[in-house]
Amino acid sequence: MAGRHQLGDPVVVVRGVEKSFGPLTVLKDVGLTVRRGETVCIIGPSGSGKSTLLRCINALVPISKGSITVAGREVNDPALDKLALRRDVGIVFQQYNLFPHKTVLQNVMMAPIHVLKQDKAPVEERARRLLERVGLSAKLAAWPGELSGGQQQRVAIARSLAMNPKVMLFDEVTAALDPETKKEVLVTIQDLAADSMTCILVTHEMGFAREVADHVYFTDGGVIVEHGSPEALFGTPREERTKAFLDKVL
Amino acid sequence: MSDSRPVHILQGCGVTCATTDLPVLKPFRAPPIAPSGLAAPVVIGGAALTCVALLFGASLAHAQLGAATGRDGALAILLRWAPLIFQGFLFNILISFLAMALGTVVGVVAGIAQVSLAAPVRKSAWALTQFFRNAPWLVLLFYAMFLLPFEFRVLGLTIAFPAWVKAIIGLALPVAANVSEIVRGGITSIPSGQWESAESLAFSRRQTMWMIILPQAVKRMIPPWMNLYAILTMATTLISVVGIQDGLSITRGALIAESRPDLMIPMYLLLLMMFFAYCYPIARATLALERRFSVRA
Repeated sequence: MAGRHQLGDPVVVVRGVEKSFGPLTVLKDVGLTVRRGETVCIIGPSGSGKSTLLRCINALVPISKGSITVAGREVNDPALDKLALRRDVGIVFQQYNLFPHKTVLQNVMMAPIHVLKQDKAPVEERARRLLERVGLSAKLAAWPGELSGGQQQRVAIARSLAMNPKVMLFDEVTAALDPETKKEVLVTIQDLAADSMTCILVTHEMGFAREVADHVYFTDGGVIVEHGSPEALFGTPREERTKAFLDKVL
Repeated sequence: MSDSRPVHILQGCGVTCATTDLPVLKPFRAPPIAPSGLAAPVVIGGAALTCVALLFGASLAHAQLGAATGRDGALAILLRWAPLIFQGFLFNILISFLAMALGTVVGVVAGIAQVSLAAPVRKSAWALTQFFRNAPWLVLLFYAMFLLPFEFRVLGLTIAFPAWVKAIIGLALPVAANVSEIVRGGITSIPSGQWESAESLAFSRRQTMWMIILPQAVKRMIPPWMNLYAILTMATTLISVVGIQDGLSITRGALIAESRPDLMIPMYLLLLMMFFAYCYPIARATLALERRFSVRA
């Protein structure tokens, strides 16, 4: 089935990845491919290793076995330049994690100035545009503590976008939000996806996944049980476990 | 529920009683004794100050009246020595400043080393911190006084190492260990999400520490650091034990010179009040800062 986007080369390729914390194996032989411009959703019950997988992709968590390449760069390589990798990968967390001692504008400007060593003036202009895009032009001088959860999450998205990443990872970004603010964040992500940003979303929002995803992966117990287009996975799931899960959440 | 009528149980107990149809006996809660948060400290503080003033006045009056004829009055003696005692007290303050400065610089380095990723650095910083934090200050002061040389020879140059400098080093050792713990505690109190998001934005560990973690942690470190300073200021009188002329040794010297044992209470009280006047505002400011920061967090 044709996706929503014209797809390019693979940006993220995950092959045979295993990850264990001590005796606990959280990822078993996980594989997935994300092409440029594609939006991929990962769904599944809590504790199935979804968030760990995202953290493995930008080397926040080292993998035990297998291979992950991001824009051609092998993550499972002792000589990996982690900082270079992370410049290409934006990640947004469930708990926003904005820097509370910096204003909204400073939050967005910090990484391009100090990490990418870009000049202040163009960075500021870009930061203003990004914050306008997520609908927060009026909050440039506000402190993170003064914002609602949804506003903080949109700042976090703008902060990641300011690095011009090749791929954006979203880790249950709406899980801590109430239904109203949830919507603003989802609309922001939808805009991004429509704009052909490569996105990997871990989410519990099934309706949203069905709407924006080009491809959906269902994980359970650290393995990918089933994947396919949203129509196929949500409409006619093949595996019993997928059916049971969807019956519970839909 | 139109027929429900409110029944107040234990009326006058000062507790807001819920309305109910059932005869429930609610637990008795006495209203707080102090009506406001302000009154208690003001009353207690005022009482304490009055007591000290009374003790000072009474002991002074006793000494004044009991003096043999032909000798100076107690007040005259006290006024004669007061400037010198105050000078000695200022020397204590100077020592406290320098020991705190040295201890803070060393302590910050040690504290950051305590969260280093390199295990040898982290473990040795931890061991040093624990050693000096759990040692009696006077013993450390003795070591510094008697183990450090009185002069250094570097490239034919002789650098004198006077007793007061050694005293500063001796006092700075436990201060550094305590600052180290304050810094480590402040850093580890910052939620791990801050590290995670900084790392994911490709900040190096050093950048993360200096631009994201420490600016937030400093706020939490300042109140315990000020507390430590007040403790150090009071502990500077220890240097009189190792023969340095500070406020305490001058006071003791004055008592010996005048050979007036009846002046002991007012004279030492004079010194105590100087320390109190200096340390109490620091304690209040610490409390105020703690309250302000806890509200924001």
